[in-house]
Amino acid sequence: MLRQIRTLAIYVIQEALLTRFFAVILILLLLGFGLTAFLGQVAIIERQNIQCSLLAAFLRLSAVYAVSLFVITSMVREFNGHMLFLWLSLPLRRSVYFIGKLVGFTLVFSCVALIFSLALLIYAPYQQVSLWGLSLWCELLIVTCVSFLCVLTLHQMLQAFSAVVGFYIVARSIEAIQLMAQSPLNSQNLWQDQLVDGLIQLLAMLLPNLERFTQTGWLVYHSGNFNDLIMITEQTAVYVFLLMIMSLFDLYRKNL
Amino acid sequence: MMSRERNLATVPFWIKGLLGIALVMQLIWHQYTPSPRVSIKELTPPPSLEIVKSLSLGDPISTAKVLMLWLQAFDNQSGQFLSNKQLNYQALELWLERILQLDPRAQYPMLAASYQYAHVRDDPKRQRQMLEFVYQQFFADPEHRWMWLAHVAILAKHRLKDLQLALKYAQAITEHATPNMPRWAQEMQIFILEDMGELERAQLVIGGMLTKGNLTDANEIAFLAKKLEELEQKSQTVKQELQK
Repeated sequence: MLRQIRTLAIYVIQEALLTRFFAVILILLLLGFGLTAFLGQVAIIERQNIQCSLLAAFLRLSAVYAVSLFVITSMVREFNGHMLFLWLSLPLRRSVYFIGKLVGFTLVFSCVALIFSLALLIYAPYQQVSLWGLSLWCELLIVTCVSFLCVLTLHQMLQAFSAVVGFYIVARSIEAIQLMAQSPLNSQNLWQDQLVDGLIQLLAMLLPNLERFTQTGWLVYHSGNFNDLIMITEQTAVYVFLLMIMSLFDLYRKNL
Repeated sequence: MMSRERNLATVPFWIKGLLGIALVMQLIWHQYTPSPRVSIKELTPPPSLEIVKSLSLGDPISTAKVLMLWLQAFDNQSGQFLSNKQLNYQALELWLERILQLDPRAQYPMLAASYQYAHVRDDPKRQRQMLEFVYQQFFADPEHRWMWLAHVAILAKHRLKDLQLALKYAQAITEHATPNMPRWAQEMQIFILEDMGELERAQLVIGGMLTKGNLTDANEIAFLAKKLEELEQKSQTVKQELQK
């Protein structure tokens, strides 16, 4: 089984190299440096803080964008090229196929998290950058699992990527949305308000709170600590387990 | 190895021709399009904190930094530089407040308020508005914002010539002093009181500082004791002149 997982993972890495995925990552990195160098020129004070925070925000969003698109396009290619049927015609369990692919994607995005974290060492101390990098790794693991689940369910690139973007935006803003819903200005008497409030509470229960992940404040104000990492690791473990089971459920149900 | 693309000669002539025509059409179109007009946009108040936070995708610090740079560049629109007088100061104050709410440890909005926006020529109302903004924001974090209040105290004293206002700011610094705050900032009010002619109040402040026992530096104690002596002499002289 381990050999099968390793073979599948190697194929994913080869695909990343052949599709020049890492060239895109390097271009994004250069773009980030260019953008922050320009904005650094505009700033009067706190130049390093501004450059650090903007580079971190840009790299985080770039990583999520590139990794989710890579996972989705890879799986869509697998469906369209009938590679999935070929793999499953071999003596290979569906769960092994899923894990092999996931391990491959994880190795690819681990390189992304490492490259982006190393770039931030210019602006922030290594302890905080390590925390940021590990948190980015957890965030990318969740995004990879969500992308995998969406592409298994929706099959089409546009739909799957839109779903991932929607998930990410809501998961990143759920705390602010909850606060907006609980604002004293919002009346809670009408049934419509109660329905919306209930829906938001339900969303908050079902989504990971990504707002607490990969915080720029750690790099700028050095406020991150070990407890943050524990919270993030726990949340990632629980949510990735849920997403993996959902994906396997969907994969096993497919009539291939 | 086989080339991935065929020779240029294999492209039909009519496609090459159409490509040239399309390019020329685009250039002509651009030539006849009216050039961008300079229209000055007014600064409008910011959205609520909740909306800004939800739009920040969980990264309020980066959003605050971007918003601050945008606000700072707002007076440069389409190559035209606006004077601070042309800015809507009500909206400006709200924007600065919103940025501080997003990133409470940022110093940039305080610098912008006390240096950039407090300098409005011949408009003391707007100057006072920015000074008051710095004063109000000081209380949220005296440890990190005292230097901006010290700066606006100096502005109030020398630019607005309003010693009462300068005294209010200097007293706020003293009342909310923290161990990391330099002594000169806490002693500002003594000199303002002296300039106001409030010699006895200045003596009381120095006396309070000396008797509290917070001072440890021998030079500083000596300096304050000397200042107290000077003020006492000055006070005596004034009293004698009044009696004459």
